[in-house]
Amino acid sequence: MSMLSFERKYRVRGGTLLGGDLFDFWVGPFYVGFFGVTSVFFAVLGTLLIIWGASQGPTWNLWQISIAPPDLKYGLGLAPLMEGGLWQIITICAIGAFVSWALREVEICRKLGIGLHVPFAFSVAIFAYVSLVVIRPLLLGAWGHGFPYGIMSHLDWVSNTGYQYLHFHYNPAHMVAVSFFFASTLALAMHGGLVLSATNPPKGETVKTAEHENTFFRDAIGYSIGTLGIHRLGLFLALSAGFWSAVCIIISGPFWTRGWPEWWSWWLNLPVWR
Amino acid sequence: MMNTRNSLALLLLATVVLLAGCERPRPDTVQRGYRGTGTVEVHNPRVTALKVATAQAPEPLAAVPAGGPAASSVYKNVQVLGDVDAGELTRLMLAMTQWVAPQQGCAYCHAGADFAADTLYTKVVARRMLQMTRHINSDWKTHVGDTGVTCYTCHRGQNVPSEVWFTPPAQKRGQSFAGNKAGQNAPAASVALAALPYDPFTPFLSQSSDVRVVGDTPLATGNRHSIKQTEWTYSLMMHMSDALGVNCTYCHNSRSFTSWDTSTPQRATAWYGIRMARDLNSQYLESLSKVVPAHRLGSEGDAPKLNCATCHQAAFKPLYGAPMLKDYPQLGVVAHAAAAAPEEAVAQTKP
Repeated sequence: MSMLSFERKYRVRGGTLLGGDLFDFWVGPFYVGFFGVTSVFFAVLGTLLIIWGASQGPTWNLWQISIAPPDLKYGLGLAPLMEGGLWQIITICAIGAFVSWALREVEICRKLGIGLHVPFAFSVAIFAYVSLVVIRPLLLGAWGHGFPYGIMSHLDWVSNTGYQYLHFHYNPAHMVAVSFFFASTLALAMHGGLVLSATNPPKGETVKTAEHENTFFRDAIGYSIGTLGIHRLGLFLALSAGFWSAVCIIISGPFWTRGWPEWWSWWLNLPVWR
Repeated sequence: MMNTRNSLALLLLATVVLLAGCERPRPDTVQRGYRGTGTVEVHNPRVTALKVATAQAPEPLAAVPAGGPAASSVYKNVQVLGDVDAGELTRLMLAMTQWVAPQQGCAYCHAGADFAADTLYTKVVARRMLQMTRHINSDWKTHVGDTGVTCYTCHRGQNVPSEVWFTPPAQKRGQSFAGNKAGQNAPAASVALAALPYDPFTPFLSQSSDVRVVGDTPLATGNRHSIKQTEWTYSLMMHMSDALGVNCTYCHNSRSFTSWDTSTPQRATAWYGIRMARDLNSQYLESLSKVVPAHRLGSEGDAPKLNCATCHQAAFKPLYGAPMLKDYPQLGVVAHAAAAAPEEAVAQTKP
């Protein structure tokens, strides 16, 4: 694959965490590195295991294929391959692939001498996944508390797990997470709208710059967070959404066993108005 | 740098505050469906231990030799248990005293020396309750099975069971833009502290409003059930979950609450339970408002009524399934069925 004229300048040696020069090369546009190799290894192995698992299951319907975790009776031990063991191996592959990908991002950042914001952001997503299939199952004492790998089946799991606590909208961390999700869509929409508005002036006028953008928000709400600040805000909102999502499911079960509405009894019982 | 540290500390503090109202791991979990479906019961073992300790059935009284004369030939005015052996009747009366009026003793229902007199309202109510108990044990086996119920199932040593309900007073509302709140937004114990309508009992356990709100056609053809009715159904379900100490997945796969195919067998038991509560409230309890004194009535002048919590008291089976009825078979029809023909046995228990 051909390379853009300026691209070679950024293809510098070094910055690797593992493997030294051995995997320090590109395949077409893609940097490989040690963690590129492990990413591909785990991703391919995991995907093939899912396909093999599907071949042993009752359906090839893409929506209904499901690789289920073990029964709770296996606790934190290994389960027979066809009774959840496959899920356990696929989980290892998934975590291996995700973490490898994050570390490959770290190597690229080091090559370029830039901050680690992207791998950090991706790590929050990995943390959310690991919360569901490792941290919460560990706290509850069985791998069977992980979610099944299937398009519909994982949705059923989410629904039923929510209804284990009668009304999940009362989960305080869920409330915080949902608020952050909405706030990040709002921020993204306003940011996108603002940039497009500045770059799409009426016919015959020149494209406007950051000062116009700042002035719009100063006029509208008395404050502009600024061109760099909006990206800080965006990163914070998005990562908070993922972080609190992970918190809301980790506390459901390990730290609270009853209906979430009941958790608020501390609020109802505050001495101010009880 | 200081700012980052401060905000991190704040975040940590927020997490600690968040967890302050919580429980600690590790809970007991019970898988109730196929692996990975999330149909799991989650219990705090310390709460369970407490609940089990307080829900113990009392030791049955020593059995008396059978074959004595019928109670009706020995005592006067024995309207429900006349066919029971006199000795057995005395044993049952002693048990009832222990179950319902351990403090007050016989005098709670029987005035003075004349035990046949119906002067006290408590005796009239007790008679009605005996009829109700026999009705439950013989006609509602779909819900109570062979485990059955006795007075103790609900009373637990108290004159009036601790979990009863009254018609709530109408919610105050002015001539305002705000419509009928339908009992919402007032966190109530009856619905496990949710902001859902706080009286699911009147429509579902006294009247026969539709619990099912989901249409049975793919398109909304003719299904007039509203969101408000849906919330009311949710209220009833909150009550049932809370009353049984279980979660929604005890009966339902939440993929489709309405589908029987994916529900657990317990949902059928619960379905009969709702019908049983309606039957008992309308046939046995509501009419007691004319019998009991004012201090036993609710603010709207209605008699105490039952719901799921009355018997279950936060256990998936009342008293965790302790089969008390087998020690007091005269509260059912089991004993009579052995002696008398089945038709007779049924006739005896139908008042």
